[in-house]
Amino acid sequence: MNQMNKPDLKVKIGSLEMKNPVTVASGTFGYGPEYADLVDLNRLGAITVKGICTEPHIGNNTPRTFETHGGMLNAIGLPGPGAQGFIKKYLPFFENYKVPLIVNIWGKTVEDYARVAEIFNDQARISALEVNVSCPNVKEGGALYGTDVNLFRTVVDAVRAKTTKPLIIKLAPNVADIKQFARAAEECGADAVSIMNSYPAMAINIETRKPELANRTGGLSGPAIKPIAIKLVWEAAKAIQIPIIGMGGIYSPEDALEFIIAGASAVAVGTASFTDPSTAVRVIEGMETWMAAKGIGSVAELKGTVQA
Amino acid sequence: MKQENSTILEHRLFHGDYRLLKFSAPSIGPHVQPGQFVHLKIPRFEHAVLRRPFSIFKADTESVSILYKAVGRGTAALATVVEGEPVSLIGPLGTGFPMAGNGKIPLLVAGGYGNAALYLQAAKLPVKGVAFFGGRTADDILCVDEFKALGWDVHIATDDGSLGQKGFVTAALDAWLEEQEAGIRGHGSGENCFQGSEKNSKPQRSCLELFACGPNAMLKAVGDRAIQNGLTAWLSMDRNMACGVGACLTCVIKRKTADGWEWARCCKDGPVFNAEEIIWED
Repeated sequence: MNQMNKPDLKVKIGSLEMKNPVTVASGTFGYGPEYADLVDLNRLGAITVKGICTEPHIGNNTPRTFETHGGMLNAIGLPGPGAQGFIKKYLPFFENYKVPLIVNIWGKTVEDYARVAEIFNDQARISALEVNVSCPNVKEGGALYGTDVNLFRTVVDAVRAKTTKPLIIKLAPNVADIKQFARAAEECGADAVSIMNSYPAMAINIETRKPELANRTGGLSGPAIKPIAIKLVWEAAKAIQIPIIGMGGIYSPEDALEFIIAGASAVAVGTASFTDPSTAVRVIEGMETWMAAKGIGSVAELKGTVQA
Repeated sequence: MKQENSTILEHRLFHGDYRLLKFSAPSIGPHVQPGQFVHLKIPRFEHAVLRRPFSIFKADTESVSILYKAVGRGTAALATVVEGEPVSLIGPLGTGFPMAGNGKIPLLVAGGYGNAALYLQAAKLPVKGVAFFGGRTADDILCVDEFKALGWDVHIATDDGSLGQKGFVTAALDAWLEEQEAGIRGHGSGENCFQGSEKNSKPQRSCLELFACGPNAMLKAVGDRAIQNGLTAWLSMDRNMACGVGACLTCVIKRKTADGWEWARCCKDGPVFNAEEIIWED
């Protein structure tokens, strides 16, 4: 590839500049250090870490995941070290890396969401916040904030009031009209939306007649959900001006390009990191090669070009 | 920890229904510690998103080997791979077995092919003690000659009595411990260990250290015995895994802490845990 033809992969999420449009989905990449031996973290457009709330949280009982055809269920339940624990235990690790850091946050109450946003607002190493209003596996708050548009607005407003960092809202897929939530996020001052979280789902063992997950239900992720995510991105892109980070079953550069064409500005690799930790880097390289071969100069040029 | 684009060097029936798989692994093999595992992407099993973890049986500078049996969809697919086929490995993963304490006599306890996870430990331990292997039938008792060749005294128990003593492996362990205490029979250094205690006082079992791998019920039984007798036992725990590298928090078990418990990851903090730390459920 001739240097002249190298496509421009840079994207902007609010004031966050990513050198390429590929991050990792929250919850699939730990807090970063776990994959540092296997992946050159600085190659990624950003790292998105596992969801964090104000206080340490214990999460769900086991079994927490279950493999399905072309995907997996998870009901991990957002265990984590809490905001101060994350700052102490994990943030110093990132001083040795220049990759932008997106911290996913969640709360049991609106006040929790606001408080954790406020705590992280003072941390210079954190590049952006992604708000999880759509975890299907936590009884308190979680999914409810993602499926009731009034509660949703309350959370986004509260977080927006406490942070000057780029604010990304991660939307629930199981809503009647994704456009309604995408518009609400935009109106409340979010800088971007992530589409989509895992899809509420269930599997039952026919011998024991018990659910395969201790939490009974979980979130479906992996290639099985990609067409759902593509449709939601396509719909939302027609309704809002702020960028969309598309995710759901991305395994290849082609999958990522499909999200961009549907209307996403950036993408996140999730479950595929379990299958092959180098997926995100492979996606970046493959996108660049494909765009160069087609003479497409930038991600912006490709974004939302679906003929539909 | 490395991801390696490996090639299958050898794939053959090993014993009964158990198969041996040997992979080229020059970036993994030299770094393997006893009790660690590899996370394997099963070739031509495309609808599965997760890798499968396997205890490392043998390792050298160029390769690693595992033992397995087809028990589910993944291992059934694995049984179809052929020599020369490419396969992706991540390893070596996890925290394996520590060395035995100073002056301790090591005892190995394995159920079925759990002894695959103990072979490198058996080779590395400077003092060769006693190994107890259990299984359903003679077909489930593997590697006896290999452990004997390393200098281990091997005791066998099968559920149906088709090899060794009839019953659970823990019964064989109990019988041996009782014989030692009664002074009926001594194993080389084990005998010294027990004789070292004061005459006419209760023999000291604390000179023994246990290393175990096998089904959960067996591990719990070994751990319980160890705790009741004041012994240290190191148990290799098996839980379903997703990422294998400590990120997803799927394979967690409850571990005691000063003020309660915490989740510990079998893939990273384990798979080997001190029996005293484990809070058993189900």
